[in-house]
Amino acid sequence: MVIERRWKKWLYFYIPLALFILFTLFPFYWMAVTAFRPDGELYRTWRQANATPFWTLAPTTEHFHGLLESTAFLRWLGNTMFIALASTAISLLCGLFAGYALSRLRFRGSEFLGTAIFITYLVPQTLLFIPLADIVRDMHLGNTPWSLILTYPTFLIPFCTWLLMGYFKTIPKELEECARIDGATRFGAMFRIIFPVAVPGILSAGIFAFTLSWNEFIYALVFLSSVEEKTVPVGVVSELIRGDIFFWGQLMAGALLGSVPVALVYSFFVEYYVAGMTGSVKG
Amino acid sequence: MAEVVLSGLNKWYDRNVHAVKDVNLHIRDREFMVLVGPSGCGKTTTLRMIAGLEEISSGEIRIGERVVNDLPPMDRDIAMVFQNYALYPHKSVYDNMAFGLQMRKFAKDEIRRRVQAASEILGIQPLLARKPRQLSGGQRQRVALGRAIVRHPQLFLFDEPLSNLDAKLRVQMRVELKRLHERLSTTAVYVTHDQVEAMTLGDRVVVMKDGLVQQVGEPLELYGRPANRFVAGFIGSPAMNFAEVTINHSAQGVWAETAGLRIRVPPAKAEALRGHAGGKVLLGVRPEALRVANGADVADYALDCTVEVVEPLGNEILLDVRAGSHPLVARVDPATRVKVHQSLRLALDPERLHFFDANTEAAI
Repeated sequence: MVIERRWKKWLYFYIPLALFILFTLFPFYWMAVTAFRPDGELYRTWRQANATPFWTLAPTTEHFHGLLESTAFLRWLGNTMFIALASTAISLLCGLFAGYALSRLRFRGSEFLGTAIFITYLVPQTLLFIPLADIVRDMHLGNTPWSLILTYPTFLIPFCTWLLMGYFKTIPKELEECARIDGATRFGAMFRIIFPVAVPGILSAGIFAFTLSWNEFIYALVFLSSVEEKTVPVGVVSELIRGDIFFWGQLMAGALLGSVPVALVYSFFVEYYVAGMTGSVKG
Repeated sequence: MAEVVLSGLNKWYDRNVHAVKDVNLHIRDREFMVLVGPSGCGKTTTLRMIAGLEEISSGEIRIGERVVNDLPPMDRDIAMVFQNYALYPHKSVYDNMAFGLQMRKFAKDEIRRRVQAASEILGIQPLLARKPRQLSGGQRQRVALGRAIVRHPQLFLFDEPLSNLDAKLRVQMRVELKRLHERLSTTAVYVTHDQVEAMTLGDRVVVMKDGLVQQVGEPLELYGRPANRFVAGFIGSPAMNFAEVTINHSAQGVWAETAGLRIRVPPAKAEALRGHAGGKVLLGVRPEALRVANGADVADYALDCTVEVVEPLGNEILLDVRAGSHPLVARVDPATRVKVHQSLRLALDPERLHFFDANTEAAI
């Protein structure tokens, strides 16, 4: 009986789980291996004797040196960080108030407004960048970080609003009513009770918004032109692919370094993040 | 300390749901007033209007000397205990209790003194540093009570505070609430759907149905002299037995008759029922007004029936019987030995017969 259960657990749980982890982690592994692989190994055919496609025999940091010395990678990293933080902050602030209002206040047209905000999220970026480019140019924001800080909220605010609206709905309204009887104004109750209780939701909205703007490509490609203003995703691709030559080692080194901040953010807040997505508030 | 007066209170939702209909109520100073009724009867809405959490469609609410219609909840000097306790999950028990005082800018020493005093009364001192999620249901309930009493408000509002507790704890907390009210003697309004809670806690009880006040009175008054069929059926467990009967006059007196039942109307009621002669009225008999007949009982106040179900509860036996076509419940002495399908004669107490108008359902 016990034995049967054990192999069933392997068959239905451990083996599929292992396959899934392998499937999701392999690209990361490939990225890391390529970043440390010397050029000699990189541009050699696998059919050759003693080829080692899945690991490297002579790990090297030459690609990292090359990346940092020959490109403005650190500058890009700084740009990306600034743009992602600023647009996340703006979107989170707007999303907090909008989400609170849509979930708690009963006013004429609140449902319509909620749906309208959601619809703006559904407009594909690949269409929206055309009119946005016009606006960015008219406002003379082209080739500045503000062209992205002010355009990313077009998809981040609807996202934050909806996520937070859902989270606020899971918080019993009695908490707020009790605070208002206890002597808080509506704003006081919101800041002292509802927002602290909603921290998991706020954090997961923030992490998501940060990741989305960190990885964003199209707007960054269209609105930024000079090398120093670029973000990591655009900089790496435009500077390390020259014509049909791919600088694979440096590309992967850039990708590896570029994904570190996001990975750090996730690993710090993973518990809050899970709680935020499942929306559990215990009285 | 304050009296609370509701006059002509109405609540409309979206102009088509009339949740509270013209409620007039005078809650006396230091009184423990219970609002009771089935769900959707408007009792919670009424309470929330007193609290200021729900707008008043029309009418007036006065707490003490002030008309509070337009005051926000924070300025009404009230404290409320919610059904789900509504403890702030991110604050410790101490901070939960202190929050209301902090918001009112009390001195730190005063806050500490009051929280200590309240936690002593409720026996929650060892829990002050914990977070709400580390507490059991009963402990959370106590903290919610503590949070209300530290403020020394003019008025306590309770919205079904015991309904999330298990049955045993509920009985225990009921007693504690009553003791607490005795000690603090602050006016309290308490909403519940549980008639036992209403009867045990209330100095007076308001029975509501469909947004209308059905009757206001002391618990035993509601039990003994219900104003209408709804109150009669709602108060008391098991519920009152009802049968539709015809009132007939004969030489011997006035009789209430239906298939399988023929009961003499006691002289005290006969006069009031004269106008209903030949017509239908509702006869109401509480299960505890029925007992197994012995030789001394007169046939005028007895009915023959068949036992269908026997429910021995230890301190009493509930008999589900059928008299003619009428199902009845009788609450009889635990020493009674009866079997299912047995024929039985039950005697009833003529002083405890209730008659209700068949149309208006008002007591006659």
